[in-house]
Amino acid sequence: MQKLTKDDVHPKIVEALLQDTDITVEDALENEMILNMGPQHPATHGVLRLLLRLDGESIVACVPELGYLHRGYEKMAENMTYYEFIPHTDRLDYLSPMANNVAWVLAVEKLAGIEAPPRAQYIRMMVSELARIASHLVAIGAFAMDVGALTVFLWTLREREKILDIWDILCGARFTNSYTRIGGVANDAQPEAIAKVKWFIDQYLENLDECERLLNTNRIFIERLEGIGVVSAEDAIDLGLTGPSLRGSGVEYDLRRSNPYLFYNEMDFKVITYPNGDSLARYFVRADETRESIKIIKQILDKMPSGETLLNQPKKVLPKKTEIYSRMEELIHDFMIVNFGINPPEGEIYSAVENPKGELGFYLVSKGEGRPWKCKIRSPSFVNLQAVPHLVKGHMISDVVAIVGSIDPVMGEADK
Amino acid sequence: MSLTKEVIEQKLKEKFSGENFIFNEYRDELTISFDKKNVVPICKFLKEEVELQFKLCEDVTAIDWARRKNRFTVVYHIYSLKHNFRLSLKADVDESDLSIDSVSSVWKTANWEEREVYDMYGIKFNNHPDLRRMYMPEEFEYYPLRKDFPLMGIPGSNPLPKK
Repeated sequence: MQKLTKDDVHPKIVEALLQDTDITVEDALENEMILNMGPQHPATHGVLRLLLRLDGESIVACVPELGYLHRGYEKMAENMTYYEFIPHTDRLDYLSPMANNVAWVLAVEKLAGIEAPPRAQYIRMMVSELARIASHLVAIGAFAMDVGALTVFLWTLREREKILDIWDILCGARFTNSYTRIGGVANDAQPEAIAKVKWFIDQYLENLDECERLLNTNRIFIERLEGIGVVSAEDAIDLGLTGPSLRGSGVEYDLRRSNPYLFYNEMDFKVITYPNGDSLARYFVRADETRESIKIIKQILDKMPSGETLLNQPKKVLPKKTEIYSRMEELIHDFMIVNFGINPPEGEIYSAVENPKGELGFYLVSKGEGRPWKCKIRSPSFVNLQAVPHLVKGHMISDVVAIVGSIDPVMGEADK
Repeated sequence: MSLTKEVIEQKLKEKFSGENFIFNEYRDELTISFDKKNVVPICKFLKEEVELQFKLCEDVTAIDWARRKNRFTVVYHIYSLKHNFRLSLKADVDESDLSIDSVSSVWKTANWEEREVYDMYGIKFNNHPDLRRMYMPEEFEYYPLRKDFPLMGIPGSNPLPKK
């Protein structure tokens, strides 16, 4: 392995890394060590680069470097219509594309002042909960793999595969779904898809227990995570953590409960919190949250009303394909929306939903045009990653992978 | 007790009597605009006042209005966990003085959020502990989210690393 020299690291990063100390880079390379972890490291969950200053094996300072997957989605959003941006939201948090689709259309609907029909909202709720399970399964599996338990990864991915199959039936795509539309969803949930969801929730809990038995009684797993990367409730709020990472510190903050959107106010579920704030607590929160999601999906299937899945609002919502081909009015509306956009009234809104990783918010500014004047994506992974330097300080180098895994960042979202 | 616009308005006017606050409500969201020079004391007050407690800073961003007199607006989205209340704060920044005080001493979250705004819009944050670019390389000379930056980028502006 080649030795890291001063030229490999930008002076400003060195400055950030070596603050609170009077040693120089050459000193640090001699006595303390500067270790470059990533961007191509299997345990950093994508292209995350961490620069670590080490004293022996313990971490003195850590500077994360982002931007290796920066695609400029905020700039692109300003140059396309609201409809055109739906497929791009798939690529933000690519482990739960459905949840991002829902978040985007809810933001645009709030801006345009429209609301989807109840059945569409129930379907959206169902897919976001399935997305939550799918994302948490990867989080748990990859997390266990990071600390050395490989089997769990295979087992959780087997479960996730079933959800991808549901999405396949539902919208024809397994990964990048783009299922939601402004004012509804692309197509009604077919009976086969609903039947598959029923089958999935019936067998899921048993399989989750099986996975958990591999971990919860595993001494190596517990000892590697207990008391690692502890963040107190106050620090967690100050650092802006949201989602399971915040609830692992005992803060009962869940947007589904505190600012209910869709029909979450009618659902009976518990906001899972664990008081310890360590990596283990964050894992427990995720595992228990999938149980709550199953509970919610059961209620959704019981309560799901029949009816339209797309709003009839010709100036804002794309008409159905069959109507476009057979009727003049619909063809005109389709042409206008595709070419000029839906032109929401002048104004600005911030709309946030509880995504698997945390709070995903869209801040949209409209000038009454077809394209957003400004679109800011408040991505949970980006904000949660900011906590990494605070969490790893003083821990061993092998704990870094555990801590990053427990935060569960997705770089597609953090880098936008 | 739920928090209302009137309570916040009264509290802010009591504490900052000389400040010119503009309150705006749109789609059930409250936005408060004020002058940029008082941003830190106002944020500190909103966070620490016992009856408000806006402890969670969700987002810091900026808007480029292109042709307006005050070209940029810095926007903060803050949230009170106690009251489940979201609030937006706005402060205008003009092109002649592209700087605003950093609120990272109030909320630690603001650290990276402000770096991102600096990276994308070129707005400097005074007293920021670590004002580097967030996404773009440090050598990059332009600010991509400004309206005068072309969508296709500027050829040659982001060279490959030297070998």
